[in-house]
Amino acid sequence: MNSLISVSNLQKSFGGSAALSGISFDVQVSELTVIIGPSGCGKSTLLRCLNGLELFDGGMVRIGDITLDRKANLSHGDFNNLLRNLREEVGMVFQSFNLFPHLTVLENVVLAPMVVRKVDRRSAEEKAREILNKVGLGERLQHYPSQLSGGQQQRAAIARALAMSPKVMLYDEPTSALDPGLVGEVLAIMRKLDDEGMTQVVVTHEMNFARDVADRVIVLAEGEIIESGSPQEIFTAPRDERTRNFLQRYL
Amino acid sequence: MKKNYLCSLLILTSIFLIGFPFVTTSRAQQPLELKWGGDAEGGAPYLLPNPKNPREIVGFEVDLMTSLAGQMGRKSVFTQNQWDGLIPGLQRGNYDLVVNGLEITSDRKQQVDFSIPYYATGEQLSVRTGENSINSLADLKGKIVGTLKFSLAQRILERTGGMEIRSYENQNNAYDDLVLGRLDAVLMDWPIAVYYSKPNPKLKFAGPVIEQMEYGIAVNKNNPELLKQVNEGLLHLIKTGELRRIYEKWDIWNDETGRLFTKLASGEVHGQVYEDFTQNITKQLTWSERLRRYAGYLPVLLIQGAPMTLLISLLGMAFAVALGLILALIYLYAPQPLSWLSRAYVEIFRGTPLLIQLYLIFYGLPNIGIKLSPIVAAVVGLGLNYAAYEAENYRAGIQAIPRGQMEAALSLGMTRAQMLRYVIVPQAMRLVIPPVTNDFIALFKDSSIVSVITMVELTKVYGQLASTYYDYIGVGLLTAGIYFLMGMPFVRLARWVEIRLATERRVEGV
Ligand SMILES: Nc1ncnc2c1ncn2[C@@H]1O[C@H](COP(=O)(O)OP(=O)(O)OP(=O)(O)O)[C@@H](O)[C@H]1O
Ligand SMILES: [Mg+2]
Repeated sequence: MNSLISVSNLQKSFGGSAALSGISFDVQVSELTVIIGPSGCGKSTLLRCLNGLELFDGGMVRIGDITLDRKANLSHGDFNNLLRNLREEVGMVFQSFNLFPHLTVLENVVLAPMVVRKVDRRSAEEKAREILNKVGLGERLQHYPSQLSGGQQQRAAIARALAMSPKVMLYDEPTSALDPGLVGEVLAIMRKLDDEGMTQVVVTHEMNFARDVADRVIVLAEGEIIESGSPQEIFTAPRDERTRNFLQRYL
Repeated sequence: MKKNYLCSLLILTSIFLIGFPFVTTSRAQQPLELKWGGDAEGGAPYLLPNPKNPREIVGFEVDLMTSLAGQMGRKSVFTQNQWDGLIPGLQRGNYDLVVNGLEITSDRKQQVDFSIPYYATGEQLSVRTGENSINSLADLKGKIVGTLKFSLAQRILERTGGMEIRSYENQNNAYDDLVLGRLDAVLMDWPIAVYYSKPNPKLKFAGPVIEQMEYGIAVNKNNPELLKQVNEGLLHLIKTGELRRIYEKWDIWNDETGRLFTKLASGEVHGQVYEDFTQNITKQLTWSERLRRYAGYLPVLLIQGAPMTLLISLLGMAFAVALGLILALIYLYAPQPLSWLSRAYVEIFRGTPLLIQLYLIFYGLPNIGIKLSPIVAAVVGLGLNYAAYEAENYRAGIQAIPRGQMEAALSLGMTRAQMLRYVIVPQAMRLVIPPVTNDFIALFKDSSIVSVITMVELTKVYGQLASTYYDYIGVGLLTAGIYFLMGMPFVRLARWVEIRLATERRVEGV
């Protein structure tokens, strides 16, 4: 199998109520996977489990050759190291951007490579400029996040994640906090990355984007995958009643 | 609320329990020391090793100081110092007073202040028993006369002239040489003669005492407060007859001292310095005189007091800010026992008076071998106390940083330490600038409290000036004004930062 991400029987509950009950799926290299589903169905929780921001109760997550397994009894320190290795491979983009407000755009982007990967400032800045040019922020290097529009902020956040050269990019509703007019510029970046062969997992309500760009769509409901397949299958011939109800609200 | 109350009660109780054995054995409960310098080599009847127990120093001045210190509510502590180095030692601050047969002379008065006289006497000529031709200074022409180095007697002999003067370090050597015929006469303070010449059958007193002189207690020039206390104490001992009892015990009660005491007790005569001192209090001043006097205080306050206040405040705040950050991080992120200890620290230091903390640090710690200088104790005391407040500022600041910041940092692969250092703490710092600046202004004013641990800073200088001139209102207003003006830049800074941060946040509000 050539899968880059492998999730099997993932379980997570918050105080007794299950948020994820037995999720399994694989993502191949260069695929763009879109996860959709009604509010509260566990999309964010699933994404957060993929980079260890949320610790799951059962099952297994593998990304590349790093495996998180509840059954492997690791010491506290070993587990933390494993988590950090995993996170270095996985870029995460948040709905609310979460840029560091006390740093300029350029500093936001070079911080992690310098601190985590110990890259020297010159090469970190060189690479940061390159990435920021790619996301269209070449002219905004010395701006603070507060001086940027929402769309620019989210593009800067994507650049920040890309600077760590991750194998996978995860997005949790990256355009939900944006004015409708600014959504396109962020989606365009993801499209561009897809063209370049980046493996991406996107939680979104942008159904047009999902239909046009996704290699596969996963439909989540009440902590379970109720359906998954090509956009064609999901959008034109949904099999599950719940999928049909959900899609009606967006199409 | 109730739980908090119980908690502080528990903490307080434990402080008492821990502190109790410590306090009873400690110096903290005992009176403040009154350190005085003298030279036990000087001998009887002033200061000498007890012949029965040479480790003990006795003498009429020891008895005098024990009574005087007791009268002042302090504990007499003798410090040995070479006689001719006594005044330099006083000026260097080795001790508070010099008490060792120091005659009040006008040239010494330029170096130190003198108390009212505690003893009056004169110079006594001694000769060999068979010698009858020497009865006065005039009879010393062409003779060889011995005396003590640097003494008033030596100066009297020099002034008289016409004789060969031999100066001795030690009265025994002088009287021995007189017995041996190397000297024709010896001139020394009467009490010395009483002890070293009179008992010797081969020697006798020649004529009455020459010139009247008075012994005074020397106090540093910049310490009028102490001088006042010493004078009051001495006067009390004179009026109650205590001093006379001491002198009679040592067999040195004399008419000169009797007359001196009668005058002092009736308030007729004061030592010169005492007169200068009281003149300052009683003299009515015109407005321009008053203003000129205040202008004269300014340099004293500004040079002696203000820089020390500023230094202590800045160092204390730097200490508090650093320790406060560590305490907050421990409280928020360290595992259980440490986190609890950090909390306990904050509660204890916020919940107990700074004054008590300073006393414990300065007078209590020496009991366990930690002896801090006043300035270090002041900085540490203020720093430890304010660290508790700064820890709370930081805690609030760190907790105000949105959770997303932490998640963003972690998702980039940072460790918790890296996250704190590069993402959380820098943002928290900006949030806490206004409360920290306000605390600095409070600390700046609280620093006045360190005058209780012998620090000479603005408030201490104020106390000294105010009590010297008996002018608490004028000097007080002047000092308050200096505090106000010195604090002003920091108040301004706090407001400026607050406005700046407020506008920044308005821009940030997406
Ligand atoms: N930290 C938490 N503590 C308790 N419950 C939580 C927590 N995080 C999520 N949940 C619960 O888990 C379930 C899944 O939440 P999640 O945020 O993953 O949903 P979502 O699909 O992302 O929803 P949305 O579309 O609104 O973002 C919800 O019922 C939510 O209330
Ligand atoms: Mg969500």
